[in-house]
Amino acid sequence: MPREEPAFKIKNSTVPVFVIHITTLDMDRLKRELEKRSAQMPGFFTNTPVVLGLAGIAGSDAVPDFTDLVRFLVAHGMRVAGVQSGSEGQRLAATMAGLGIFPDTAARGASPPKAPAEETPAGTGTPVQPELPGLEVPAAAPAEQPPAAETAAQPTQRPTLVIDKPVRAGQRIHAEGANLVVLAIVNAGAELIADGDIHIYAPLRGRALAGARGNEGARIFVQSLEAELVSVAGLFQVFEEGLPDNLRGKAVQVFLKDGRLKLEPLRQ
Amino acid sequence: MAKVIVVTSGKGGVGKTTTSANFSTGLAMRGNKTVVIDFDVGLRNLDLIMGCERRVVFDIINVINGDAALKRALIKDKHCDNLYVLPASQTRDKDALSLEGVGKILDELKEDFDCIVCDSPAGIEHGAFTAMYYADEALVVTNPEVSSVRDSDRILGILAAKSKRAVEGLEPVKEHLLVTRYDPKRVASGEMLSVDDIQEILRIPLIGVIPESEAILQSSNSGTPAIHTEKTDVAEAYKDVVARFMGEDLPMRFTTAEKQSFLKRLFGGR
Repeated sequence: MPREEPAFKIKNSTVPVFVIHITTLDMDRLKRELEKRSAQMPGFFTNTPVVLGLAGIAGSDAVPDFTDLVRFLVAHGMRVAGVQSGSEGQRLAATMAGLGIFPDTAARGASPPKAPAEETPAGTGTPVQPELPGLEVPAAAPAEQPPAAETAAQPTQRPTLVIDKPVRAGQRIHAEGANLVVLAIVNAGAELIADGDIHIYAPLRGRALAGARGNEGARIFVQSLEAELVSVAGLFQVFEEGLPDNLRGKAVQVFLKDGRLKLEPLRQ
Repeated sequence: MAKVIVVTSGKGGVGKTTTSANFSTGLAMRGNKTVVIDFDVGLRNLDLIMGCERRVVFDIINVINGDAALKRALIKDKHCDNLYVLPASQTRDKDALSLEGVGKILDELKEDFDCIVCDSPAGIEHGAFTAMYYADEALVVTNPEVSSVRDSDRILGILAAKSKRAVEGLEPVKEHLLVTRYDPKRVASGEMLSVDDIQEILRIPLIGVIPESEAILQSSNSGTPAIHTEKTDVAEAYKDVVARFMGEDLPMRFTTAEKQSFLKRLFGGR
């Protein structure tokens, strides 16, 4: 009898995520500063999952209004997945607001009996994590900012591969685990493959395959589409009848939408 | 410093050997001590076009195998004092053309010659690879049709990736586009690609355009490169190519259809 494929699988995996370490109970101040910071980095948060780090306010019995805070964060492109650390009451309030509880990294690393002892002083005041007022003026922050971005991006991404010479018939460029940027022409018979996105700032006459390992969010951006074949995450399209007039020679992006490959002219 | 120049194309029948013969002759006529090497082992033609086929005793494979000294295999051209031909073998297996052996020959030739022209066989196999491996500059010969252009594109890719200069990370091989068998009338009528079309795809500097001409066939058959013929457009076009190669800045000729004069039309002159 043929074995049936299970309807789902549960796998343990570690995904990169930003932690917003909250150091004040003054929600108005927090929002103000968050607002300021997100205005400085437009588009940085786009449906980005974040975790609220509560170690900085765990010493207080006060409980922030999580429902209100979550609404505010959602409006700024963040999706709150849960909270980390914090006092008993704060964690309870978080679960009431529909948030998850992340195990404390410090507690996980240290031996169990010692963990709360460490947690308490952390909560007594800000000094324990003085290097994390990450939501203040950027002029003071840049030193801390890159590592935060790095930890988020590093595990899945290698540095972008940049090609500045023509890619000719018979040549194949493979950007493994990375995005690919090509600054010169890609001729018929040439092939670009990237596990991430592909950008071509020149005519594409050969083939371009983005999201080669199945990344369905990968996209292809091309300055002048004259391609033989484009593909995202294994779904491909060839142009036997030639490219339609609204795409041929135009700046175009290629992406997946509802499981279908879409080619769309870029707004000029 | 001696220059090694490969004449290559990918596709066959586009005019590599004709170009090798005329280009090396032109270099020699301008006072460069030049040697032209036929890499087409098994299908050698250069000796015929240069008119020295009856004087071939030893060939490049003999030299690589140590059967003959390099000096004994070189044939002096019958027209130019500065020009020598190193013929290919007609009978040997082309695998005998080893990279190492060719490298040794080129090193030896560099001591005596200013220009070493390597006439590549068609294709992207061993012979073509060996001919281009040591090149400092490349004449990429292309006909105004799509398959030739694509094969040239392929060759350019290989030059950029697998030549000695590429492998050792030196300054890349200097590439020149030479469009041959160009017929401006057929370009105007849309039957052939234009020079601009070709350059749009290949994107390398154009060194010249050789018009389609009956003079080529005649000179090949008679064993005298067309560049020696008086006042043909082919001879002029090849002289321009050599001049540009030597650094002169000349306007392109033979790229537009010549309007026949009224008198010529009247009397049917060509």
